[in-house]
Amino acid sequence: MQKREAITGYLFASPWLIGLFVFTLYPLLSSLVYSFTNYSMGKDFDFIGWTNFKIMFTSDHGFFQSIWNSVWYTLVSTPLNLICGFGVGLLMNSKVKGIKVFRCIYYLPCVISVVATTMVWSWMFQTKYGLLNQLLAYIGVQGPAWLTDPAWSKTALVIMGLWNCGGGMMMYLAGLKGISSTYYEAAEIDGANAWWKFWKITLPMISPLLFYNLLTGFIGGIQVFTNAFLLTGAGTDNSTNFYVYNMYTMAMNNRRMGYACAMGWILLIVTMSLSLLIWRKVGSRVYYES
Amino acid sequence: MRSRAKRKRVISKAFLYLILVLGAMIFLFPICWMLITALKTRAEVMTYPMQWLPEVLQWGNFARAITAFPILLYLRNTLFLVVFNLVGTVLSCTLVAYAFSRLRWPGRDVWFMVLLGTMMMPGVCTMIPSFIMYRNFGWIDTYLPLIVPSFTASAGNVFLIRQFFRTIPNELSESAKIDGASHLRIYSQIIMPLCSPVVVMVAVGTFMWTWNDFQGPLLYLNDNNLYTITYGLRTFQTQNSTDWSLLMAAALVISAPTIILFLSCQKYFIEGIVMSGLKG
Repeated sequence: MQKREAITGYLFASPWLIGLFVFTLYPLLSSLVYSFTNYSMGKDFDFIGWTNFKIMFTSDHGFFQSIWNSVWYTLVSTPLNLICGFGVGLLMNSKVKGIKVFRCIYYLPCVISVVATTMVWSWMFQTKYGLLNQLLAYIGVQGPAWLTDPAWSKTALVIMGLWNCGGGMMMYLAGLKGISSTYYEAAEIDGANAWWKFWKITLPMISPLLFYNLLTGFIGGIQVFTNAFLLTGAGTDNSTNFYVYNMYTMAMNNRRMGYACAMGWILLIVTMSLSLLIWRKVGSRVYYES
Repeated sequence: MRSRAKRKRVISKAFLYLILVLGAMIFLFPICWMLITALKTRAEVMTYPMQWLPEVLQWGNFARAITAFPILLYLRNTLFLVVFNLVGTVLSCTLVAYAFSRLRWPGRDVWFMVLLGTMMMPGVCTMIPSFIMYRNFGWIDTYLPLIVPSFTASAGNVFLIRQFFRTIPNELSESAKIDGASHLRIYSQIIMPLCSPVVVMVAVGTFMWTWNDFQGPLLYLNDNNLYTITYGLRTFQTQNSTDWSLLMAAALVISAPTIILFLSCQKYFIEGIVMSGLKG
């Protein structure tokens, strides 16, 4: 009887198990093998030991620049997205008439395809006729060439990303709704004001969620690719040639598959170990109710 | 004393509305700007200082946009992908979620940790090796790489559905089991009919994901005749890079279905996100 249930269990889980092995583990392991070769989609390839990694860390200038670009983007966009998403989530938790309409509006940007999103933003970022610079001109500021100036192109991507912060807002809303009102009632009896309630109840109670979003935001930021691909390409002076973008062009344009696989593995190791580090350092300070 | 407290409450509420409305304007503005630009003539778009509104509404831009690229072909391709992805996702994710919530099997908890772990893995790490694998399968320029993985259950959806399954009382399936019903029967006749809200949620999400997907077609489709609507829009953009009113009209047309779907299913959609958010 127990054995039968075990077989049934594995049968029901088999779609995911097959997917895990075929579409996740096999690519990962094969890419580990490829990263020690000069594979370039042709028939033959040779094992070249650590050469790919040696080139990467010693003579590939673009490699370090792409790391810097991705690190910059991640460090700037993750906290901003976190703060905006949380702020909007707090707003959406207020009990006023018509709040459901506002929730829809704030979430709307997230349902639009990234292709359409980048189209409207590249139009608004346009140097001369674009909306942003025309508005800046009203207050006497000469706006930058958002998409082509190396000093501003990454900022433009961050701004575009912030437009989608409604995605995080919904999660916070769920978390905020989950906080028992008894805490607030007890605090009110003790004469606590709104500020005190926020710092001493809301923030600690929501901290696991903030932490979770910090982690996923970080993992997402380091993977930035599609937005840059569509909005700026590699950018002037490679200013938006992010790590994954670099990996993509290595593989698809230069056909250096082995090299790109090696880059993928570096990314995997660095992201996983940094996530673990964040988990250890920040995760221990997070308040868990149970 | 009481009137002062009341006045204070009114002021704070008015302030809240002010912030809400200002925020809504910021979030809505790019979409409005799309529409305004789409209704302008080419000359009106390129003015300095800018002209806020068009003199005559150029509805013809929409007609121009949808005839400028093979929108019906792309629509058919996209719907083909959508149908298979819907079937694959709903079927595989509910089966796997059933295994993780209502069945007891050795190793279940370990595999569940692995499932959660895959959600933390950066997906782009498998981008290039997956491409190589599909190429070795001879799947490039077919829809297989965009369909087959959906039949292998994505971790996020499994998690969401599992949360929902766990709220269904065990007594229901226990009594069916005593009557000799198999698990496949319990799954299809007791559990599935009860979980239409979560299925709708996953289905809406899958539709939007498939409709909006860019990276998949970018990697696996080279043949113009296979393009999806979103990918087709991108090629349309690269061909008409300065005709902004035409581009905005096209972008609006292809965004309209997801916007309409979202607004009509927003109850399910927001609930789904709210539920999945509880995992933190």
